[in-house]
Amino acid sequence: MGADSLLRSRFERGLDAPICLTWELTYACNMSCSHCLSASGRRDPRELTTDEARTFIDEVAAMQVFYINVGGGEPMIRRDFFELIGYAVAQGVGVKFSTNGTRIDAGAARRLAAMDYLDVQVSLDGADAATNDRLRGAGSYAAARRAMEHLADAAFGEFKISVVVTRENVTQLDDFAAIAAHYGAQLRLTRLRPSGRGVDSWADLHPTRAQNEMLYHWLVGHPRVLTGDSFFHLSPLGAPLDGLNLCGAGRVVCLVDPVGDVYACPFVIHERFRAGTIRDGGFAEVWRNSELFGELREPGSAGACSACGSYDACRGGCLAAKFFTGLELDDPDPECVFGLGEQALMAHPVAIRPRSAPDHSRVRIPVHSAF
Amino acid sequence: MTCSSKRCPSTVSAASTKAVADDPRPFTRSGHWSLSGEVSLREESFGALAYHHGTRRLVFVKSPLLTDVLRRLGDYETVDDALDAMVEPKERDRFANALASLAKSEILSGC
Repeated sequence: MGADSLLRSRFERGLDAPICLTWELTYACNMSCSHCLSASGRRDPRELTTDEARTFIDEVAAMQVFYINVGGGEPMIRRDFFELIGYAVAQGVGVKFSTNGTRIDAGAARRLAAMDYLDVQVSLDGADAATNDRLRGAGSYAAARRAMEHLADAAFGEFKISVVVTRENVTQLDDFAAIAAHYGAQLRLTRLRPSGRGVDSWADLHPTRAQNEMLYHWLVGHPRVLTGDSFFHLSPLGAPLDGLNLCGAGRVVCLVDPVGDVYACPFVIHERFRAGTIRDGGFAEVWRNSELFGELREPGSAGACSACGSYDACRGGCLAAKFFTGLELDDPDPECVFGLGEQALMAHPVAIRPRSAPDHSRVRIPVHSAF
Repeated sequence: MTCSSKRCPSTVSAASTKAVADDPRPFTRSGHWSLSGEVSLREESFGALAYHHGTRRLVFVKSPLLTDVLRRLGDYETVDDALDAMVEPKERDRFANALASLAKSEILSGC
């Protein structure tokens, strides 16, 4: 059941604290995925210290943020990874972390399995090595499957297999479900955004309109599959998908990056959506008083969507998808199910597409299966 | 009065088997029920958000009075005692239904 409209409008005006937030622990990554939404690769020398990270967790716990989505980069690269997630869980803050799986050996899997209130999401973007490795690099499919084997052997329980749905893998949804079933894992599908390095790959990789329609019906038929509430732009196709069905950016969610900068959501790492830094007056100060978040919590105009009878179903779609494709924020979502976004894109043929900044990409290095 | 959402980890996530509970005990108004120890209840202007750390379920409690009832339910011997003490007679059935639904989603635990 989705949230009703009264509650939704309350959420759109923002809460005193986020429901959850995403915390990219590091920009360092041993992979170089072509759609990386944080353009990760190199560690940022200004990364939060362990002490700063613990202070941040204390603050998040005091605000009663229910859980944090830990990502990166590859979060397990940080030497204090286990210390920090253990500290969060001990403070009553649940942890869901996303990993490429390369650092999950038998020992790490046992350590993870011993922790409560921890969810592990192993990324896999193809149901076979060829499809996956084209996006994530050579050897990455084998590495992810090895991590899954270790988690299953350690009796972790229902870990998540996290798939970014693309034009290439959208035909493999049943195969992903079979892989998840094989491990007793749960499948999680999320939307490809034109963020980070996705700015360059999105046009070729995002699902076509016909594929999106098929995806919507597949999701309706598979209610146990998690979606990160990321497909609400497809809700006009029928009954709303489960979830809040609204853009939570700066209202009920936000992103804290490895150097402590706060952005409206994980998909808008860009100066335009930077609300402040936790290094000045702490996180609560930014969440409550940043000018940007105040602006995002103002009742928005439906803009170009005001004439559409389905505005209430999709609320105009995803802010990040519009921003990074050069659309106005009150334009239709570029993947609008009625094709209005495609029309808007064609109407701005020379639109300057913003680049994700900061960008921590490094020169592409093939991933070897031996790390 | 409550609704829940189960598949949006940017806001909500579905149950994990790591902490799967047995089938919850059937809810009765003559039983003793209290807020589950695994639930964080965060007050909001509309009522509260309740997050179950075991099932990873987020539930919207859409009334400040229901939020109070949730907090204090465990102080009373039975659900009826709590409702008698805190809720207007004509509202009690509605509140009992809301509590039944919260018991079903394991936000409440009975003992």
